[in-house]
Amino acid sequence: MTTKNSISESEFDDGTNVEVKDSIAKSYQYGFVTDIESETAPKGLNEDIIRFISNKKNEPDWLLEWRLKAYNHFLQLVENENIPEWANINHDPIDFQDMYYYSEPKPKKELQSLDEVDPELLATYEKLGIPIAEQKKLAGVAVDAIFDSVSIATTFKEELSKYGVVFCPLSEAVQKYPDLVQKYMGSVVPYSDNFYSALNSAVFSEGSFCYIPKGVRCPFELTTYFRINTQETGQFERTLIIAEDDSYVSYLEGCSAPMFDTNQLHAAVVELVTLNNAEIKYSTIQNWYPGDENGKGGIYNFVTKRGRCIGDNSKISWTQVETGSAITWKYPSVILQGDNSVGEFYSVALTKGHQQADTGTKMIHLGNNTRSTIISKTISADKGVGTYRGLVRINPKAENAWNFTQCDSLLIGDQCAAHTAPYVEVKNNTSHLEHEAFTSKVSEDQLFYCNQRGISSEDAHSLIINGFCKEVFTQLPLEFAVEATRLLEANLEGAVG
Amino acid sequence: MLEVKDLYSTVSGKTILNGVNLSIKPGEVHAIMGPNGSGKSTLSYTLAGKPNYIVDSGDILFEDQSIIEMLPETRAQLGIFLSFQHPLEIAGVRMDQFMRSAYNSIQKQNNNEELDVLKFNRLLKSKSEELNVDSDLIQRFVNHGFSGGERKKNEILQMAVLDPKLMILDEPDSGLDIDAVRSVADGINKLRSESKSTVIITHYQRILNYVIPDYVHIFMDGKIIQSGDKTLALQVEEKGYEIFN
Repeated sequence: MTTKNSISESEFDDGTNVEVKDSIAKSYQYGFVTDIESETAPKGLNEDIIRFISNKKNEPDWLLEWRLKAYNHFLQLVENENIPEWANINHDPIDFQDMYYYSEPKPKKELQSLDEVDPELLATYEKLGIPIAEQKKLAGVAVDAIFDSVSIATTFKEELSKYGVVFCPLSEAVQKYPDLVQKYMGSVVPYSDNFYSALNSAVFSEGSFCYIPKGVRCPFELTTYFRINTQETGQFERTLIIAEDDSYVSYLEGCSAPMFDTNQLHAAVVELVTLNNAEIKYSTIQNWYPGDENGKGGIYNFVTKRGRCIGDNSKISWTQVETGSAITWKYPSVILQGDNSVGEFYSVALTKGHQQADTGTKMIHLGNNTRSTIISKTISADKGVGTYRGLVRINPKAENAWNFTQCDSLLIGDQCAAHTAPYVEVKNNTSHLEHEAFTSKVSEDQLFYCNQRGISSEDAHSLIINGFCKEVFTQLPLEFAVEATRLLEANLEGAVG
Repeated sequence: MLEVKDLYSTVSGKTILNGVNLSIKPGEVHAIMGPNGSGKSTLSYTLAGKPNYIVDSGDILFEDQSIIEMLPETRAQLGIFLSFQHPLEIAGVRMDQFMRSAYNSIQKQNNNEELDVLKFNRLLKSKSEELNVDSDLIQRFVNHGFSGGERKKNEILQMAVLDPKLMILDEPDSGLDIDAVRSVADGINKLRSESKSTVIITHYQRILNYVIPDYVHIFMDGKIIQSGDKTLALQVEEKGYEIFN
């Protein structure tokens, strides 16, 4: 791989790194002897922990070596104080030694009925229109046999295997399909890509693997919801999706129900690969805990998501609805390597309370006639700060490349902020780029206008916000679009007025 | 229909309305004329219940019920419609969606049938044909990129669809050429009926050539200082507002 056709998250770095206070390397001295029987490794990050994780997963040598290389790279970054600080976010330094890097997924305590569930949580489910059966499942209540998701999941698995589609935990794929994993893992997001990808590569413990064989159109949308035995979303997830020639898959990640987690830092990596004429559509709804009203305790979500259109005429499409987390740092990108390949990014990012989101995309045009579309909608309310950060790069050999970018911001209230940071690099003169952007504010006058027509303030807000997000919502699979709409409405309730 | 009783109101701490009295019966058309800055628009906003337009004393009765404590949407649901002097843009929301949402809110509140998209579009189509409103307009975002004339016509279309009892028109003719004034006036005339009342707020009498008022009130310094029939409007046209000082 040459530098020309690779990208890295640190490309957004404008060289303003400042002093990093805690050093990770330091605590190496506390190295410990691992007890292989224990379920949870002690706090802290070191080589033993990585060996421990790899051993637990019964991984082949190459994978352990890869993890160790990633770890060493991570150490170097820490030593050189190379922690990314270019994003428009503020947080206290993260203490990487004060974290658990491995714990066996424990079954959640099963409750007997919904009466035992926090009423506030139930009220939220109600607002989101989640069916009772699903509410139970989400809250960890024993589910009736008919609605047993495991049996549904099993049926799905059987159906998928008829088509030769593989959809399983990544650790299972390492055992069953080592060649595919070895070939593609790290091929889109190398461990050295950025600080958090290095950390993830060293310590990832779970994730999804999906393989669509040649010529197969996956008959239904794959959702992480149906992925059994990994009910707890990992802190360092890793997802790899491979679409062979002429194949298609739509993948849904997350759900609108509020997700709580005791781990504050989440650093996932997602890699997508499309071969000739293949297409991957990847949709995300992210609603992690954003912290309390003072901004305390929310999730820090540092994700590296990237797809590589290796084959000609292939397509990768990212759609995201980001409403949760205290901090979102995320740039789902596409490397348009094959001729005529297409990259798309559709995003709605909502920040309210004290949330901060720095999100966007990178479209790297390498092949001829490659096309990319970016539609980003940033909504900020309360003291929320939303930033769109995007890069469109047209390499010299990408003849007739085409990009359309639209990044719009909607402000609700007068304490929030929206920023846009579009970067454009064009290295030839046959390409065509368009850029549109607008910022609007939900004004009291607009609300009064709606009120005067008989529309309540609450309905007026959802009308305006849905109107604003429509171009993105139409990209979501129908069910997800309904969820997304309700999610925004529920999230903005009380934030506006 | 409407009784305004010795109404005083303030906006951002400043008293604008200074004791307005006004009585309107069903079927009547009242014109309120006054110079710029006399408080005419404040009167319309106070009637419609705009937040920050605070009633200090006096009362507003609509169909014998005091409305001063009511939210603007409640007043709208009772049948008060304000045609805005400067209608607001709402990017991303299509006119037809906006109007259906408004229509159904009002229907729901009055225990009437809410319409689905198909039925509503039929209603909308027939109303826009009646008023000669271009049908593309209703497919576009609310007032987004509309010309002055389109905005005003659009207000009249909304009024036709929502079918209010009291129609308050704040400067329905401002910024319009003569053809557009005539077309807006035609729309208002079509919506007049025995059971509906109309208030036209204007500082020119031009539109009153087409919408003939039953009463004309001269509004200055936050109150009505003189009332009469349509000839009063002609006096204003001829001599200006100075004669009332």
